[in-house]
Amino acid sequence: MSKPYTASRSHRPSASENITGLAMILPAGTGLLLFVAVPFVLAIWFSLHFINMNSILPPRWVGFQQYTQLFTSPVFYHSLLNNTVFTVAVVPLQCGLAVALALLVNRKMRGSAILRTLFFLPIVFPMALVAVIWKMIYSPDQLGLLNSFLHTVTFGHFAAHDWLGDPATALASIIVLSVWQGVGLQMIIILAGLQEISPDLYEAAMIDNANAWQRFRYVTLPGLRNSLVFVVMVTMILSLQLFDQINILTQGGPGEATSTLMYQAVTSAFSEGDVGQGAAITVVFFVVVLALTLVQRRVLREERAVA
Amino acid sequence: MTTITRVLPATSSSATRARPLRRHRVRRGVGYALTAVVALVFSAPILYLVIGSLKPPGQVLDGLGALTPSGLSFRNYSGVLDYFNNSATGYFSGFYLTSLTVSAVVVGGGLIVNSLAGYALARLRWRGRKIVLLIVIGLVILPFQAIAVPLYYMLDSDRDTLRVQFLPFIASAFSIFLFYTFFAGMPKEFEEAAAIDGAGPWRTLFSVILPNAKPVFASVAILSFLTSWGMYLWPVMMIDKPSVTPLPLEIGAFQGQSVVNWGQVFAFGVLMVVPVVVVFLIFQRWFVRSVASTAIKG
Repeated sequence: MSKPYTASRSHRPSASENITGLAMILPAGTGLLLFVAVPFVLAIWFSLHFINMNSILPPRWVGFQQYTQLFTSPVFYHSLLNNTVFTVAVVPLQCGLAVALALLVNRKMRGSAILRTLFFLPIVFPMALVAVIWKMIYSPDQLGLLNSFLHTVTFGHFAAHDWLGDPATALASIIVLSVWQGVGLQMIIILAGLQEISPDLYEAAMIDNANAWQRFRYVTLPGLRNSLVFVVMVTMILSLQLFDQINILTQGGPGEATSTLMYQAVTSAFSEGDVGQGAAITVVFFVVVLALTLVQRRVLREERAVA
Repeated sequence: MTTITRVLPATSSSATRARPLRRHRVRRGVGYALTAVVALVFSAPILYLVIGSLKPPGQVLDGLGALTPSGLSFRNYSGVLDYFNNSATGYFSGFYLTSLTVSAVVVGGGLIVNSLAGYALARLRWRGRKIVLLIVIGLVILPFQAIAVPLYYMLDSDRDTLRVQFLPFIASAFSIFLFYTFFAGMPKEFEEAAAIDGAGPWRTLFSVILPNAKPVFASVAILSFLTSWGMYLWPVMMIDKPSVTPLPLEIGAFQGQSVVNWGQVFAFGVLMVVPVVVVFLIFQRWFVRSVASTAIKG
């Protein structure tokens, strides 16, 4: 983003501009304070207490006990690992697929408008609905869509598989439906980036006899840098928040195969009534997201033309 | 092949491209086949949903047969509407109304308060601007889930209401950030022209800035609509009463019953998504352009 021009003006703000500025920020500022900042401070306070949701006993100060309990719990590490696997798989998969789909629909060919609509359509499906559809696709018996398809194309050699019930495939199955639902938005952003690249650059590459791969590597990719940075960041933040699909499809199971930090936080607080533990998880979660964002900003800073 | 002709309409002679033509033809064939496969994979879940909902009850789970329409029947649809016909189960129209109301308030209210904040941060000088800007950027990465549990406690007395579903989401750090980046990127001649006419910040905003900021308003509206329309975690925590249950929460509950009628669940799904799809298809071109232009600026 370009620098706001206000920053470059040297003279001091006038009283009336001060008042106008504050008046304009006030409604949204109040909302953010009440519904985001205060709850977050409260989360930190909760995480230092023992609070049982189902009892009327007042909160009891326990110091860092919630955190030590968390860091010694295998479920926590399982969830953290699942979050990591999900993010590490989804970010490149979804962004890579988004680039491929964008290149595909960017070609002037018959039907590319239809394809673009098709790839984009899933993002208007609420995740709750997406989860329901894929629950049936993954249905464990021979009548499930995926099993039946694999059975047919292998001429009966494929035995029905319990996709969501097998720890080996549960998380991967969730990844596939998440990518299906989310990739359209990234594709649109990349597509806009593609159309910003000057045709002259491709022309110059052609004169240099660059092949398709070289044109992609040295013209398309650098041209997409800003779009890619934005897309990677948004995808990462969203993928860390994984909850809805898990809640509807697997409830974290089988075992802890698909448990995530957010799923664990919500179940600690609500199913087990241990609010302090749930709050401790969310605080850790925030620290993880913050750290990743800072690292990413730092890594990408040099390459970034717009902030 | 197509890109080449598009990029180089004048300079490429047919003679230089005659040799690799056959290879191109093979490659193009492979390309079309791959495209067809990708299109099929993407459309299969949607076809599955629609076709399954239109089958006679009890035939959703039918292997690959689920993708072939058979015995067109609307009994799943009438079944859903018959099932949700009293205050104990809730009314289907009631779920719709809840979702629509919540989304409308979040989007409408959000456009107003967040654009004002973005404008004040990007174009006005006031004490504390830099600190507020830093806080907003910090809040962008704070996911809702991280504050869901304390928020649940704070708003305990508002459980099972409509307002608890929209109040916390009107002010949004992400929306403010999108507005901020868009406004900050506008040329300063806008204000200078307005200042010569003696316009203050409010008049400048309404007469100069807003008319030139349609894409960012469209993007924020679309993104916040999709988020609030699909909201699931927060209603799971706060809502038990059918009269204020939104659509995603209800489909989650409907498919979680001990005996599930999948045809009806699918019919529910189609009913819940069709109006949004129709609106999206109508505005698609505009929609895509505005989301894209805002994101690029970000």
